[in-house]
Amino acid sequence: MTILGLPSELWFEAVLFGVLLGCFYAAVSIGLSVSFGLLDVPNVAHPAVMIVGSYFTYVLWNRGVDPILAGVMLMPAFFVAGVLLYRFYYESFEKRGSEAGVRGLAFFFGVAFIIEIGLTLGFGVDQISVQAAYIGSSWEIGDLRIPYRMLVAFGVALVLTFSLSLYLSKTFTGRAIKAVAQDEPALRLMGANPVRIKQWAFGIATAVSALAGAMLIIVGPVDPSLDRVFIGRTFCVVVLAGLGSMTGTLAAGLILGIAESIVLMNPELGASWAPAVAFGLLLLVLGLRPQGLFGR
Amino acid sequence: MKFWLGALGIALVAAGVAMSGINEYFFFAAFVVLTFVVLATAWNILGGYAGYVNFGTSAFFGAGAYAAVVLFQWLGAPLPAQIAAGAAMGALLGFGVGVMTLRLRGIFFAIATVAVVFIMETLMINWRYVGGATGLQLQRPEVMAPFATYARMLFFFLTLMAIGAVAIARYIQTSWIGRGLRAIRDSEEAAEANGVPTLRLKLVACVVSGALMGAAGAPMPMYLSFIEPASTFSLNWAIGALAAPMIGGTIHWLGPVLGAIVLASLQQIVTVTISGEINVLVVGVLLVLFVVLAPDGILGLFKRWLKRSSR
Repeated sequence: MTILGLPSELWFEAVLFGVLLGCFYAAVSIGLSVSFGLLDVPNVAHPAVMIVGSYFTYVLWNRGVDPILAGVMLMPAFFVAGVLLYRFYYESFEKRGSEAGVRGLAFFFGVAFIIEIGLTLGFGVDQISVQAAYIGSSWEIGDLRIPYRMLVAFGVALVLTFSLSLYLSKTFTGRAIKAVAQDEPALRLMGANPVRIKQWAFGIATAVSALAGAMLIIVGPVDPSLDRVFIGRTFCVVVLAGLGSMTGTLAAGLILGIAESIVLMNPELGASWAPAVAFGLLLLVLGLRPQGLFGR
Repeated sequence: MKFWLGALGIALVAAGVAMSGINEYFFFAAFVVLTFVVLATAWNILGGYAGYVNFGTSAFFGAGAYAAVVLFQWLGAPLPAQIAAGAAMGALLGFGVGVMTLRLRGIFFAIATVAVVFIMETLMINWRYVGGATGLQLQRPEVMAPFATYARMLFFFLTLMAIGAVAIARYIQTSWIGRGLRAIRDSEEAAEANGVPTLRLKLVACVVSGALMGAAGAPMPMYLSFIEPASTFSLNWAIGALAAPMIGGTIHWLGPVLGAIVLASLQQIVTVTISGEINVLVVGVLLVLFVVLAPDGILGLFKRWLKRSSR
């Protein structure tokens, strides 16, 4: 028996793999969910920044550091870089007001290209990958094989999502970040400085991207132009989630992951159709329900 | 009148150059520069006048290129017919994309256009008739009468196409369509409230812009004698088409032309003297520099300089 062109005995495997993949997609999108979803910064360069995280993880791994640890070690540096990038964006565009939209978008598009070519010049166009005990081996339950690297990504994604949503709802700064997303002038009236809160939040989003970059290179090989595909995946997840919803991000990641895994396992479609899943889903959401599933 | 005399002059000069004995490489380089002139002019109709940022130029460009290839494979159609098919395909895609996405604003529209690129690329990768992922070798037909080589003929046709594109952009800019689009860019709500048919105008801009991008893509397979999805749908076309108007200036039709000539010529020089990777870096760096430091592009700088020197 086949459902949607997929033999029924493969369905369990497809969904299981989809859940793991989906958590990974949530992890790579959660930074964007903060920077774009909460702060309204059109951060098209988010996937490119993440790939920088992957390459730095690779460099540290070459010096003998475990990839996950490398991702964590990179977070402070990425935090500072994020604060500076937001500061620059604010001074050049947001402060000038009205026509910032078109130029701000063009700016981040340009930054993404500069990063991509910079990586190509520094490391070459070839794919790079890292090795660790948990990469390449699988957990076998009967006929099922679950690669440990997917489990690692799954775990990190859960930790990231829950700690970020706790941070945003329980701490003072976290609530201030949410407040800035809801009503910036009101926050100013309360005597808080919205620009400082936004640059703090953008820093966090960028720091999270470093860890997401480490996950990326653990899950599979990375090359400089990989960010182009991930523009689709990350924006698909964030828009589907509804801007700025952390738990929504996890749910949207799962939807994308399962959809992509079903297409991947379908014998008639396979890998050549998989990249179109995220973009197709994105177009569908934008056309039918632009406020997303859990929109504010 | 002055515009049309200038256009006629340029066309005549191009014809003269194409017949002369200039080094063949000039035509290869000029072809790329002219392609970018058409793409930038087309991008500016929607992006500059109406303020809708299109990241998906490659989708329209690629649609035009593949339409030309299909027509060529199927009927062996000559170049002008291929260009017409490319324009028609681009217009059709522009209409489809417009209907689906023009209700979206700002970044949502921009991201939707990126999605169209990847969906088109995936479709072509999985279409055996046009060669799938590995691509297709194309046998160029005999060159037409007055031209010595195919590159010269392509150069001449591209010059005509660039003149046509600029004339269309100029007409839109100076007519009621352009006024409507500028109203949309300044405030869509205010425009709508004042009775500007916003959605219809945006659709017109999207269709015209798409048709010109499709036309620009059509000669590319004949130029390369080859087509494959990855380079045809490469986002490098998109960033070039976006960067040129930003560098030249978006409010006047001259801006994208100026920007494209400066940018694409620079790229050609860099490709020859340094490397192919650096030439995309040049686009990115110039784009960021201009967007931050000179928001109104070369035209804006020039205007400011005029004002200062007249004082």
